[in-house]
Amino acid sequence: MNDPVAPERSAGTGEPGAGRGASAVRNTSEVPIPPTSEADGKPSVVRPGDRIFKGLATGSGIFIVVLIGAIGLFLIVQAIPSLRIDQANFLTSREWSTGDVHNLRFGILDLLLVTIAVALLALVIAMPVALGIALFLTQYAPRRLARIFAYVVDLLAAVPSIIFGLWGLFVLGPVLTPFAKWLSEHLGGIPLFKQGNVLIELGGTIFTAGIVVAVMILPIITAVSREVFERTPIMHREGAIALGATKWEVVRTTVWPFGKAGYVSASMLGLGRALGETIALTIILSSTIKPFSGSLFDGGATFASKIALAASEFNDPKLVGAYIAAGLVLFALTFIVNAIARSIVAGHKEYE
Amino acid sequence: MTTDTADTADVNRLATPPTFQSVSLTRRVKNGVATALVTLAFLIAVVPLVWVLITVIQRGFPQILDAGWWQKSLSGLTQRQKGGGVYHAIYGTLVQSLVCGVISVPIGLFLGIYLVEYGKRSRLAKTVTFMVDILTGVPSIVAALFIYALWVTTLGLHRSAFAVSLALVLLMVPVVVRTTEEMLKIVPDELREASYALGIPKWKTIVKIVVPTAMSGILTGIMLALARVMGETAPVLILVGYAPFINYNMFDGNMASLPLLMTVERNNPTDAGFQRIWGAAITLVLIITLFSLLATLLSRWLAPKTK
Repeated sequence: MNDPVAPERSAGTGEPGAGRGASAVRNTSEVPIPPTSEADGKPSVVRPGDRIFKGLATGSGIFIVVLIGAIGLFLIVQAIPSLRIDQANFLTSREWSTGDVHNLRFGILDLLLVTIAVALLALVIAMPVALGIALFLTQYAPRRLARIFAYVVDLLAAVPSIIFGLWGLFVLGPVLTPFAKWLSEHLGGIPLFKQGNVLIELGGTIFTAGIVVAVMILPIITAVSREVFERTPIMHREGAIALGATKWEVVRTTVWPFGKAGYVSASMLGLGRALGETIALTIILSSTIKPFSGSLFDGGATFASKIALAASEFNDPKLVGAYIAAGLVLFALTFIVNAIARSIVAGHKEYE
Repeated sequence: MTTDTADTADVNRLATPPTFQSVSLTRRVKNGVATALVTLAFLIAVVPLVWVLITVIQRGFPQILDAGWWQKSLSGLTQRQKGGGVYHAIYGTLVQSLVCGVISVPIGLFLGIYLVEYGKRSRLAKTVTFMVDILTGVPSIVAALFIYALWVTTLGLHRSAFAVSLALVLLMVPVVVRTTEEMLKIVPDELREASYALGIPKWKTIVKIVVPTAMSGILTGIMLALARVMGETAPVLILVGYAPFINYNMFDGNMASLPLLMTVERNNPTDAGFQRIWGAAITLVLIITLFSLLATLLSRWLAPKTK
């Protein structure tokens, strides 16, 4: 929008007439064009088509705003009655028993901890790999091949999460088991690797789940970081090259300082995805009644997988309300993470 | 530098000392290590992709070679009985995502048009952009819960395939808006101005000039979004029951879809269950691949002709 004509254009429906009038004035010396009624300084005609179309466009804008408001409102309204009759503390209890509608006892602490544990493990694995891939695709890979390679990474995003879940439990899990056992035997002293609350042989641990989710968020982090790295001003890079920098030094002194914030933002978007991941975790994580112990070899359930597992038993509004309350916390969590991601990018005008 | 004799003695000496010095060993090593690590990172990403695809093909390929797989449902088969097919689930997957597309595309398209052509930097436009951002981040399970709260709890309607489509709309709209916005933004302003100069109203300019120019990109985005919603499992888990037979009615009764069939058959420990899961998996991957290919072809065909 930086051409000088833009302000005139944005005047709305008037410009067709105005445009014609202007050209008529300019051309009078050569070809006398009789000025039309619209060019006579009268306000230009607003056509019904324009009005309807603008109404539709603006209407859809208002619709989406109302819709999001409705999502929040509906979820809150339906969660409140269940929260009122909750016999346990919603925020600090580790219990989740919703079998008896008249004695609902549910708290989210365990769900929250497992959700965060899985998402953080996934992030820790995915962040360095995604950084490497993004740098490889933008700086190292030959131009022609880079597009094909990028397509390959994007393919990862096209695989449905249910397939990742099945693969994680039935194929990757058994492969990881010996490694997981070795870790828990030799590094069991560290709380992170101590004996968990489910059988390690089954593979349904946070360890397996985190690795699978890491694979699933790789393409998102890569795609966004790649876009930012590609926008590194060419002058910066050429300057570094002219000073005799090696490829790595070019990356370290120009690409990285420029794209760092974008990469962090991309990682936050990935974290948001990891927090909300549902079906893969429903399949992989072994359920257990024992509380989360802080080990990577624990089982349990995340917000999303808990809700998905209970879906077939939704028959009472009070019962559903308990899960909706959990869903609301998940919504709030992803909302905060995404908002942070957006605000990081919003602070950097050079990414536009 | 030194004495005259030294200068004249060495006639082959360059007028200036060499500007380029060889890169020191540590710098070369660092550069090499970085290159290796970065390449390794890419290879790490390829491993799971290839591994997943091989798994799916190995375990599912025999099933899809059977013509019955595409023509029969699982109606009347017990857990242990092999054979049968998944056309009922394919129908469910296609019809749920297509209905979702029919609802989301106009909404998303108009939203994109509003943001680029009308809203500009107005307050409403900023709010809309913010809301679309939020919607992008909504986990599919939360979208499903919302539709459940609206459709079943509030309106008192039954769980149905149509409710699934509605939940999918929430996931698809932000994708369509984003692509439409991106594509409309790169339509050159000269095209719009030329159209206005000919006295064409704004809405006609958008419909006949701006949108057709951006059409190839928008359609690609729509097809990719459709491919994405097809694999969504959370909404079908919450919003519709599973039926092993075909059900054409979206508004009533249970309806199978490929992801739902896979989650249901996961509890089936027999060989037949194994075959059904992985057969459905490869079918789903095939359909998604088909849609992505279609997206690529469409964008080639519809791309504005340039000389």
